[in-house]
Amino acid sequence: MPEQLVFAMEVFLNGLMAGVLYALVALGFVLIYKASGIFNFAQGVMALFAAMTLVGIQNGQVPFSHLINAMFGAHVTHFGWNIPSVVSLLLTVGVMILLAWCIQRFVFRHLVGQEPIILFMATIGLAYFLEGFADLMWGSEIKTLDFCLAGSACLPQGINVAIDEATYNLFGYGFFIDNLDITATVVAILLVIALVAFSQYTKHGRAMRAVADDHQAALSVGISLNFIWVLVWSVAGFVALVAGIMWGAKSGVQFSLSLIALKALPVLMLGGFTSIPGAIVGGLIIGVGEKLFEFWVGPLVGGATENWFAYVLALVFLVFRPQGLFGEKIIERV
Amino acid sequence: MTKPYRGREELPAKTSDKTKGGIYPMKKVLVTAVAGLMAAAPAMADLVFPSLSYRTGPYAAGGIPFADGYADYFTLLNERDGGIGGVPTKLLECETGYNTEKGVECYESTKGEGALVYQPLSTGITYQLIPKTTADGIPMHTMGYGRTSAANGKVFSHTFNYPGTYWNGASGAINYLLEENGGDLKGHKIALVYHNSAYGKEPIRTLEELQKKHGFELSLLPVDHPGQEQKSQWLQIRREKPDTVLMWGWGVMNQVAVQEAANIRFPMENFIGIWWSGAEHDVLSAGDKANGYKALTFHNVGRDFPVFDDIQKYVVDTGKAAGAGDQIGNVLYNRGMYAAMLAAEAAKIAQEIHGTKDITAAMMRDGMEALEITEEKMTALGMPNFGPAFSVSCENHGGTGLVGVTQWDASSKTWSLISDFKPTDMEVIGKLIAEDSGSYASENNIEERCN
Repeated sequence: MPEQLVFAMEVFLNGLMAGVLYALVALGFVLIYKASGIFNFAQGVMALFAAMTLVGIQNGQVPFSHLINAMFGAHVTHFGWNIPSVVSLLLTVGVMILLAWCIQRFVFRHLVGQEPIILFMATIGLAYFLEGFADLMWGSEIKTLDFCLAGSACLPQGINVAIDEATYNLFGYGFFIDNLDITATVVAILLVIALVAFSQYTKHGRAMRAVADDHQAALSVGISLNFIWVLVWSVAGFVALVAGIMWGAKSGVQFSLSLIALKALPVLMLGGFTSIPGAIVGGLIIGVGEKLFEFWVGPLVGGATENWFAYVLALVFLVFRPQGLFGEKIIERV
Repeated sequence: MTKPYRGREELPAKTSDKTKGGIYPMKKVLVTAVAGLMAAAPAMADLVFPSLSYRTGPYAAGGIPFADGYADYFTLLNERDGGIGGVPTKLLECETGYNTEKGVECYESTKGEGALVYQPLSTGITYQLIPKTTADGIPMHTMGYGRTSAANGKVFSHTFNYPGTYWNGASGAINYLLEENGGDLKGHKIALVYHNSAYGKEPIRTLEELQKKHGFELSLLPVDHPGQEQKSQWLQIRREKPDTVLMWGWGVMNQVAVQEAANIRFPMENFIGIWWSGAEHDVLSAGDKANGYKALTFHNVGRDFPVFDDIQKYVVDTGKAAGAGDQIGNVLYNRGMYAAMLAAEAAKIAQEIHGTKDITAAMMRDGMEALEITEEKMTALGMPNFGPAFSVSCENHGGTGLVGVTQWDASSKTWSLISDFKPTDMEVIGKLIAEDSGSYASENNIEERCN
């Protein structure tokens, strides 16, 4: 097999893996947009906040320690204990649910019935608030994320030796696939199955879908909009936590995590804002497309094509299918 | 609080009774003389050093220790020595968020406060401030960043970039590789992974010139901002198997690059970053796999220097530190402290040159142009072998461009200086500086000075 084709296959597989990571971020956007029609600009910052909270709890860090020290002249930084990853994860989920309640109670409850652009602007404000709040709560230094389920069963990173050897035997060249990417793929599949099962087979899931279809009709059959929106923001917060863990394991937990939202936008444009399968398929197409383009065309144009090519690819799809691949076609009577 | 002198009417009434006795005229003369002196001599103002810092935003992890080091050194001077030449220093900190627009706003809002020298801490802000500081007559020190050709003082009258520039960095890396490879780099494959911005592109021209001279192969791998995703670049490195990877990164790009290098099992001892890719937080998240990673430097690392004992005693222990005091000895804290020391030494020289303690920005520029850093001076300041010896002149604002190499030890979580501060290829760099500054001068109708 020609060498370039073998290399392209490796790039293709890595593109799929990168696509899964993009889809993880895009999922949070889809959940909130589908249920409430809000394009949540703060989704990336929620991933940052969730990951910082997880590491902070895990390391026994005193929240707002900078503020406490500055106000009272104290020197507190840590409680002096470490909390196991799973317990920290559960506590972080609790914090994200509390955050969801606060967002609903103090922001969106007051904006019911407003234009979508107003709601969008509110999420921009929320993003900036959360950025500062996360810094104030946990500090702005880069934190190392060591997420271990039990003992030494931690998030794996580095080359997958089995794939490397298998492909070497087949093609004479061992493919590089990151163990973290494989883990992210498995987690994303489980997450999507859980989300689909939740929305299809649970009472609250069905209520969520009813709200997504028609707010007025859902209200008329006694579904609490407030509760459903808190639920949706909580689920989006959980998805943000998963995305934050996967991305944070690569780079450390730091402010730049909030910028991963930029990677989700072309995925949403391509897959549609209202479809969970759309987010997954969109992520895969963007991931593979940008990696293959960089591999073949990048060297001819000086490289660094991935950021802009993802948007070009999404725009091309939009020309033919404005609602995205899986988005709902909006038909309005005149 | 001392009651201010209000003039003649505050003199004790009884003195007027003695106007004819001879005593009062003497007193009158003395009082008048003192009053006259007080009126003639302006009040001794603080020496103002603005700090355009970034404690928030995506680059805060790097900005905070630098800003703390910069602030703590001036606090040390105030607490231990009563300031510089007896005049207290005043730090004006302004948050830029590493954003060029905010940086320019900070400059505009602080320049009227008697600012002596600016540290913009960003290449983007530097480019915007070069014409502004020149017009306002305020010097700017861009230590190890900014516009490299500003080293030509004949063209850039108010911009200084001593003790080293990016081009010194590029040449320093090649010189180090020459040493490691018996003086021959023919056929040696070097990949440059760089931030796809003006900053990241700075070394390319120098490396291309050095490539012609030494015969190595150079491949360029740009990474778009912010650099969270670098899979394509590292797959390419894995396929092409360069002997050495150089990196011009900043922010999250550094941490991801070190992690990806570890993932593909690239030998860390052959991975060398510029000084902005060589702090503790750049390598800690990769854990043990980052062991052996190298970075260029123009100052020493660690906290084993007497000056830090003084900072601990006079600044941290007295609760006057800018941060929590736990950053002392970190690479970027040391860099901020070193920048403050160079500013303070230039201020001292300015005071000597002009015979006044209360210096202006113009005098500060003179002090910076006459700055001479020797090992004796560094030792006296509690910083033996902390940085290279160098001198600045009207023509040369870049110093001698000596570059060292540091290496990360993951087990002890420390950086160590593994080479001396060594000369770079000034033959190549000097030519490039003359070329670039020459075109800047002709574009902006600048007449060369120092003639």
